[in-house]
Amino acid sequence: MNDQTKIDQDRAERTEKLQGMGCKRKRVEDIRFTQGKGSYVDDLKLPGMLFGDFVRSPHAHARIKSIDTSRAKALPGVVAVLTAADLKPLGLHYMPTLAGDVQAVLAEEKVLFQNQEVAFVIAEDRYIASDATELVDVDYEALPCIVDPFRSMDEDAPILREDIQDKMEGAHGPRKHPNHIFEWQIGDKDATDKVFAEADVTIKEMLVDHRTHPSPLETCQSVASFDKVKGELTLWGTFQAPHVIRTVVSLISGLPEHKIHVIAPDIGGGFGNKVGAYAGYVCSVVGSIVLGVPVKWVEDRMENLSTTSFARDYHMTTELAATKDGKIQGMRVHVLADHGAFDACADPSKWPAGFMNICTGSYDIPTAHLVVDGVYTNKASGGVAYRCSFRVTEAVFAIERAVELLAEKLGMDAAELRIKNFIKPEQFPYKSALGWEYDSGDYHTAMKKAMDTVGYKELRAEQAKKREAFKRGETREIMGIGISFFTEIVGAGPSKNCDILGVAMFDSAEIRIHPTGSVIARMGTKSQGQGHETTYAQIIATEIGIPADDIMIEEGNTDTAPYGLGTYGSRSTPVAGAATAVSARKIKAKAQMIAAHMLEVHEGDLEWDVDRFRVKGLPEKFKTMKEIAWASYNAPPPNMEPGLEAVNYYEPPNMTYPFGAYFCVMDIDVDTGVAKTRRFYALDDCGTRINPMVIEGQVHGGLTEAFACAMGQEIRYDEHGNVMGASFMDFFLPTAVETPHWETDHTVTPSPHHPIGAKGVGESPHVGGVPCFSNAVNDAYAFLGAGHIQMPHDAWRLWQVGEKLGLHA
Amino acid sequence: MIPGAFDYHRPATVEDAVGLLAKLGEEANILAGGHSLIPLMKTRLASPEHLVDISGIGDLKGIAVRGEEIVIGAMTTQFELITSHDLEKHLPVIAETSRLIADPQIRYKGTFGGNVANGDPGNDMPALMMCLGATYAVTGPGGSRDIAARDFYQGAYFTSLEHGDILTEVRIPIPPADHGYAYEKLKRKVGDYATAAAAVAITMADGKCTSASIGLTNVSETPLWASAAAELLVGTNLDKASVDAAVAAAEAITEPATDMRGPSEYRTKMAGVMMRRALERAQSRAKG
Amino acid sequence: MTKSQIELTINGKKVEALVEPRTLLIHFLREQQDLTGAHIGCDTGHCGACTVEMDDMSVKSCMTFAVQANGAEITTIEGMANPDGTLSALQEGFRMMHGLQCGYCTPGMILRAHRLLQENPTPTEDEIRNGIAGNLCRCTGYVNIVKAIQYAAAKINGTPYQEAAE
Repeated sequence: MNDQTKIDQDRAERTEKLQGMGCKRKRVEDIRFTQGKGSYVDDLKLPGMLFGDFVRSPHAHARIKSIDTSRAKALPGVVAVLTAADLKPLGLHYMPTLAGDVQAVLAEEKVLFQNQEVAFVIAEDRYIASDATELVDVDYEALPCIVDPFRSMDEDAPILREDIQDKMEGAHGPRKHPNHIFEWQIGDKDATDKVFAEADVTIKEMLVDHRTHPSPLETCQSVASFDKVKGELTLWGTFQAPHVIRTVVSLISGLPEHKIHVIAPDIGGGFGNKVGAYAGYVCSVVGSIVLGVPVKWVEDRMENLSTTSFARDYHMTTELAATKDGKIQGMRVHVLADHGAFDACADPSKWPAGFMNICTGSYDIPTAHLVVDGVYTNKASGGVAYRCSFRVTEAVFAIERAVELLAEKLGMDAAELRIKNFIKPEQFPYKSALGWEYDSGDYHTAMKKAMDTVGYKELRAEQAKKREAFKRGETREIMGIGISFFTEIVGAGPSKNCDILGVAMFDSAEIRIHPTGSVIARMGTKSQGQGHETTYAQIIATEIGIPADDIMIEEGNTDTAPYGLGTYGSRSTPVAGAATAVSARKIKAKAQMIAAHMLEVHEGDLEWDVDRFRVKGLPEKFKTMKEIAWASYNAPPPNMEPGLEAVNYYEPPNMTYPFGAYFCVMDIDVDTGVAKTRRFYALDDCGTRINPMVIEGQVHGGLTEAFACAMGQEIRYDEHGNVMGASFMDFFLPTAVETPHWETDHTVTPSPHHPIGAKGVGESPHVGGVPCFSNAVNDAYAFLGAGHIQMPHDAWRLWQVGEKLGLHA
Repeated sequence: MIPGAFDYHRPATVEDAVGLLAKLGEEANILAGGHSLIPLMKTRLASPEHLVDISGIGDLKGIAVRGEEIVIGAMTTQFELITSHDLEKHLPVIAETSRLIADPQIRYKGTFGGNVANGDPGNDMPALMMCLGATYAVTGPGGSRDIAARDFYQGAYFTSLEHGDILTEVRIPIPPADHGYAYEKLKRKVGDYATAAAAVAITMADGKCTSASIGLTNVSETPLWASAAAELLVGTNLDKASVDAAVAAAEAITEPATDMRGPSEYRTKMAGVMMRRALERAQSRAKG
Repeated sequence: MTKSQIELTINGKKVEALVEPRTLLIHFLREQQDLTGAHIGCDTGHCGACTVEMDDMSVKSCMTFAVQANGAEITTIEGMANPDGTLSALQEGFRMMHGLQCGYCTPGMILRAHRLLQENPTPTEDEIRNGIAGNLCRCTGYVNIVKAIQYAAAKINGTPYQEAAE
């Protein structure tokens, strides 16, 4: 073995020991989770703790004539019953939403959706609390309700929000009707109209991204504990954004922010459901302040599905204009957005329709115009980003269905049409017609790799044969090939664009090296299963050469973690991940000075080597990071402050733009409408890959949620505003039996502006997956002239498509 | 979701259970596996004041061959049905059906008797029992009596059982060894009730159908025995025209509700599709 | 309503308690026995997060009254580690194969997988998928859970674990 080989081998061994970026490090979280030692909110048990439960409205729209709590209060074990009358003197019967609206905590004069919170019973245990909810007598006068958002702005529509009836200037400009929330426009209308007037070919379709729900396995819950003597509130809860919750609680309760301790312990999945603030959190806080003992609130599943934050309900009239040889020239979209009874969307404050303007997708579309109208209906409020950056699933669904419809009209292959219109590698950074600057991408390479791997040509040939066989009556199965080439926009975000209630959407990392060379690091984000304790440590390990196993990551305690905006919209890696790298680099810079002092050389004479600084040209002279850490506390250079720690609040210069190419092969039984996914291939490009194992897990999970959304998951209402099927019997969460097998793949196009080139991945598979499944279904029926088939694609709806086409005769 | 309060009783014999039910009156419910009752109690759709847990009654368990019949104790679980050698030998359609009920955990606790007797039209066993011509043995305050499965179901959650009655066992005639059988169930996912399902048992001789019986699940307020449809098959070689006619006759007796599984007309058609597929599979299994 | 006296064995330990008959087994375990590993996910018996082992059956403890467990032997996730405190084959398999993310379904999933492997020590992928169909996971998409159970089966059987080709 020669010297160089030895050196290389030694370096490889030291690198492997670090368990840094790029390796499939096993998760540190799993040690406790596999032993049932996670600590979730409902696991918390405090002395004297009481339990709260809601009385909810059976009506979608009704006037409350009276509330009589006397029978409930008389039940032994009941401690208090709160109604709007109790909260109003405190100014807490309404709370602000993230979207600039207000939302009732407990209904005062009217209820506006079924299961809306009307009273909060507090009792000694959850059994008594539940009993007592049955004993609160509420007298309602039912009112006509609005379920169809297209009726919201009818002249004779009942006015839903009497509380803001006269306030015709909303948070996002003038309102056109008492049931109108906002109109949001972007792009060049005149230029777009001109393109459409002159185009060879246009398509127009109403694409519905139906109402569904993020539905993490753990529901929303909180425990509030107010210490009357200290005047301090501790609030444990299912919070994807604990710091924001603390600020909101301070603003609405009047308690100073430093006397509020918000703690998000382990969280059983979030997917956007746990970003907002809910009546239950507020009522547990009020209950604890009033009673001076801890109050716990835990949502049941029916409450979760029917009250806290639905997703989507976007009705998107989508148009494309193109030349006859398939060059897309313009896009025009109008969205009617059903926000339910309150505008409680969890978007950055300036973005009432989230990042819907990413709807030009992966294509070089020179001209575009987008209008979004938000309206109130008698449904639960929300409109959260369900496993996506704000409204990006909607945007990608619109463009990815639209290009398929265009391909069909042009008689072109849908993959070919996409490739023809892709933004070219040399066009990055690319400024889109609707205002975004895409940081990087190599769409052609990704698409080619995906098409080659799935054998796209062969699949089309097989499909052609099957279609002939179907026409001859030899089979009752039709085959669909779904394609989706998506571009996400994640990592909110630059403060010029993004804030929540005025707080810029930076994120943060604070890293502290202990004298013995082990590390604690804290971030402003909050994992809900993404594995932050594992992956942030990998970034630090690579940056400063301390083994990941010696690095503890802590999140979720607002007393100890630096302020951050939380985890949603795939922002943890792009923003807090960047803060982590920058923070680590600050430490490394100081470490280099210390090493130079220790080795009695000039800083510039040192080079970094995995876990140490060594003197250039004198490889045997070096100081390891561990040695430097000790020195920083023991004998720092003169005039240097001791210790080795750093903090960074990272202001991202731009969003990141992960992308991917997905293919789905589906077989549909036309007699039952049952669709079987034969194959699903997902190629993701999320830039630099921190932990391939964790990335693969994220992709699997996101695809499963996409599959569910596209193929049956929905929150439906009947004409009276009754929410249908709000349980796991009807709400489609696939088991291991229904879930397809997932194939994953990747390309790597690092983000040019992110310190480690990473882009975020948790939501891409959902964003890209939904249109891929829907395209597969649509593609299967296309040769029969079905036209656009709306989601969700559950069996009965697909059977109806066949019925309309006369396939069952 | 929290159930209302109740008093709990756990009798050791059928006589004690019947006596308790008589004494406690209408506010008492039988608790078997609990997987239908407990969800109703948690949503407070049911609030019994007393539960009489019959899981301690040893006599109600077990599977036995008795003469020309298979006898299954009411408290036998779905899991035990799936793993029974006697059933595998004589009535494999029972295990085939059990595997399609709910999910693995629920099959450990869910009982055969609960499934046939609680009157939920979504349950799978009732249509199969009607198809197979089973007899239910019932003990009540007035003594014991037999009720034919085909006469048992009156409406949704409404059966020939009267308050105080306990289903003790089910007797099923052993079909000829060369019979063909199948249970076809369309459902949205594991754990779901049927959108529609069909149980079929036939015998064939020289390529002709010599007997046929058909049960349909969850396409009416009660499980259905499609006797007219079955009669159209007997004597035919199960050619397309005969099967079409039988399917049409079966569809004609369905009256499914529109629910999250689909609109009524879809579920009717699915009853037809399931019956057709069950028949095909039964035919492929029938020897003779 | 009259309380009932129950006696049962939980993770090898004899337990006597007085419970209200309507107390669900899940609440009894979590709140009276401080065994918070099993979780409540759906309240209606569909998700399996509350699964525990009861007399050689996997049982949904939110669909079972504590009184129904009188006399039973119960194992929860807290009783699943090896006697020396190290992770059992299934626990290790879930970690090695990345069979969990948020961890909320994991205790129920592991308890169910445990019973499955007791009854079928060498399950196929299809048998595993059907065997865990009473447990919902919102994070993993099941692919890695299947691998975790295969890993554990191999480890228990002393055969080499071979990851199925993609």
